Amino acid sequence: MAGHDAVAALVAEAVGGSRSALARLISTAERGGDDAAALEAALLPCHGESYSVGITGAPGAGKSTLASALTTELQAGGERVALLAVDPSSPLTRGAILGDRVRLQPHLGNPDVFIRSMASRGHLGGLAMATCTARRVLEACGWPLVLIETVGVGQAELDVAGATDTVLVVLNPGWGDEMQANKAGLMEIADIFVINKADRAGLEATRRDLEAAIAANAPARRPAIVETVATEGTGLDALRAAIAAHREQATASGELAQRRRARAVTELRDLARARLELALDGQLAGPAGEALAGAVTRRELDIDSAARRLVADLLNSDSQRGASRGDPEQDTP
Amino acid sequence: MSGKRILMAKTGLDGHWRGPTIVARALRDAGFEVIMIGMARPEEVVQASIDEDVDLVGLNIGGHVDVAVRAVNALNDERPDLPVFCGGVVPPHAKRRLEALGVEVYPPGSQLPDIVGAARRLTGLD
Ligand SMILES: Nc1nc2c(ncn2[C@@H]2O[C@H](COP(=O)(O)OP(=O)(O)O)[C@@H](O)[C@H]2O)c(=O)[nH]1
Ligand SMILES: [Mg+2]
Repeated sequence: MAGHDAVAALVAEAVGGSRSALARLISTAERGGDDAAALEAALLPCHGESYSVGITGAPGAGKSTLASALTTELQAGGERVALLAVDPSSPLTRGAILGDRVRLQPHLGNPDVFIRSMASRGHLGGLAMATCTARRVLEACGWPLVLIETVGVGQAELDVAGATDTVLVVLNPGWGDEMQANKAGLMEIADIFVINKADRAGLEATRRDLEAAIAANAPARRPAIVETVATEGTGLDALRAAIAAHREQATASGELAQRRRARAVTELRDLARARLELALDGQLAGPAGEALAGAVTRRELDIDSAARRLVADLLNSDSQRGASRGDPEQDTP
Repeated sequence: MSGKRILMAKTGLDGHWRGPTIVARALRDAGFEVIMIGMARPEEVVQASIDEDVDLVGLNIGGHVDVAVRAVNALNDERPDLPVFCGGVVPPHAKRRLEALGVEVYPPGSQLPDIVGAARRLTGLD
């Protein structure tokens, strides 16, 4: 671990424009642990504000290709774009092949595009937390626009995309069957539906299905529907316009501020829960936990009273000593 | 869990992507995060290795030794402590040139366990 001062120094370097410092800070966010906590503290006084756009959908829907084409489109308008491509890692080996970058090849070597592949390393507190910290690092370093791509399977991945300012849900003609499981979740978070691979058969039917689904869902604000062919760059101007329209509307209506506040509450809850769990595990492994477990097995104390005592002890214990966030393996009590 | 990251790039046009894909799978199964960027110029390899904050770079050189040498030189300039290994079709004279630059070379026919072992060693896991 680098320690508090080293992290603060790295933040100063990154904010001063060092790209390698920025990249190393994102690694710090990924690793979690005490350094990630120090990173959050060091980022607090940093200025800068960025807007985030989530891109989610089924594997193979064309999210990476779309992210690349969207980056090209935004770049044409002179915007600097950062992209976090989040891929699931194997729960067994924690290894991963982060293949998205092959689709992002047009942006290789472009100093105004920052691309970072992140694997979900099974952090306590979740992938969402590492991604949020990474987003704040980019924000502090003056990247005005952050795209976040995640696979729309599984709640954790949906949460990541859902925690952005504008959420794009990418579908294809003939969607439905494979999306069924996650349809409700995706319907809920979409600000814009992108029917990508619009060069394929079944476009009209898909659009009708989608419109019917939106009507049935009766959301407060009807998500826009945009058709694209990401491989050819078709429809990207319409997508850029739809994102701008959503941003404008959400900003003017106060929806954006409300959403960011709700996001802060969610993040706070996740982080507090992760800290509580770690502290609890520490308590259980220590002498107090041993004593309580012994008392319960000897039937001297009922399990519920033991649990209450454990919680009371936990809340009374020194909060300074409290657990840190991140991978429990990295935390030494 | 290693959490170690490896960037894989092709520096030659005729390099087969199949070879690197097999190597990438083996590395993934060994717990590495493997980032594949495909065909890339030397300066692009450097920028990606910085942005992705990788611990090791793997180049598939597919016969284009000069480009590979330029990539290695650029990496050595910008990130002197970042290890590099190479695979693909490497003629003997090229192998010596690359090795002189501190690069480990794994020509076709190299065993996957050896490559994985090298990755572990070069990233400081072993
Ligand atoms: N026909 C067609 N194919 C596309 C389009 N967009 C992406 N693809 C292809 O769909 C495949 C999956 O794309 P990718 O971006 O990796 O999908 P992801 O898994 O959602 O990130 C690739 O072979 C792309 O070339 C499109 O608009 N039309
Ligand atoms: Mg993808």
